[in-house]
Amino acid sequence: MRGDRRLFSGLDFAVSPGTFVQLTGPNGSGKTSLLRILCGSLPPAEGEVTWEGANIRSLGEEYVAAVTYLGHRHGIKDELSAVENLRITNALNGVDVSKERACEALGQMGLAGRESLPARILSEGQRRRVALARLLVCNTKLWLLDEVLTSLDKTAVARVRSLIENHLDGGGIAIVATHQELEVDAGRTKRLELTT
Amino acid sequence: MLRWIVWRDLMLAWRRRADMLSTVFFFVIVVSLFPLGIGPEAQLLRTIAPGVVWVAALLASMLSLGRLFANDYQDGTLEQLLLTPQPLVLVVLGKTLAHWIVAELPLVLIAPLVGVQFDLRRETLWILFASLLLGTPVLSLIGSIGAALTLGLRGGGVLISILVLPLYIPALIFGAGAVEASIMGSSPSAHLSLLGAFAIVSLLFSPWATAAALRISLE
Repeated sequence: MRGDRRLFSGLDFAVSPGTFVQLTGPNGSGKTSLLRILCGSLPPAEGEVTWEGANIRSLGEEYVAAVTYLGHRHGIKDELSAVENLRITNALNGVDVSKERACEALGQMGLAGRESLPARILSEGQRRRVALARLLVCNTKLWLLDEVLTSLDKTAVARVRSLIENHLDGGGIAIVATHQELEVDAGRTKRLELTT
Repeated sequence: MLRWIVWRDLMLAWRRRADMLSTVFFFVIVVSLFPLGIGPEAQLLRTIAPGVVWVAALLASMLSLGRLFANDYQDGTLEQLLLTPQPLVLVVLGKTLAHWIVAELPLVLIAPLVGVQFDLRRETLWILFASLLLGTPVLSLIGSIGAALTLGLRGGGVLISILVLPLYIPALIFGAGAVEASIMGSSPSAHLSLLGAFAIVSLLFSPWATAAALRISLE
């Protein structure tokens, strides 16, 4: 529910470890709202979200520590460099990332040599890569990715795909809202289509 | 965790020093306009000094409050901060502390200097410093509630002033009162104690109010 409008109802699904969920649907069908409900920042109007059998509202910080949410706004600070962005975001999530490890992760995302440039002068796609580098260093089980493939080039999309495959092989769960087709060769794939 | 949030905000402020300096210059200029406009009447200047300096401090903090959460809100980092495994109150407290250091502490430090223009004695300048040191945390703490409530609204800056300035009145009365008592030659300790009490009460309650307001604004 956003305002008075019912976006979706009767939605009931369970996701087991090693599952990739592709969330599709036209603009305004509620993909972002669903992801925000799943990560706990938006309370559902009706119903509940459970994690390992318990409501996420009652789990609180324990659940948040198991989730990485990347929104379609990057969450990248223009004033900070790529490395600082990555390290601070992780530190606030309770994961201490050394400078070397952060640089390595950014290098893997194809940002070698640009680690200490302020994010302000990076291109849209490069900033997206900085945000995605977080997936390399976090150790959460559930990934909620909202339109993260926008403005990425082909190699970066392939890189994200292999990241998700690794994550699924390690028993993780990825729920991805996207307009682009994303074929993942690992785990199980589940499609969820929202309609307006 | 608190350390990281404060450090992050201080670094961001350092990278945008112009914002910080504009608040300080605003304060200095507003305070300096009064002696220039009124003329060299020492007695009158001494009488209006406490009110003028304090009101200028209130207005200067209005300038910086809008930025407290707005920048983080626009680039999505605020949403990320809400999704970190720590109480939101702690995040709010860290950001408010950073705001105080960046936007209020420079005013406190420069106030004795601008106070000289009002022909205040040395002891009175110290009391002015002490009253601002105790009172400005109140401005940051209560201001953060207004900043959180007006997050994402158009024309939020004016709305913050309307919401928050009335709540500053107790701090203004006791803060300016302490300086006035010192000018009159009586003890300012009663005013300062009340101001301190007000600071403690706002420290206890406002982070929770701000956290609740942030949740509402971000839904």
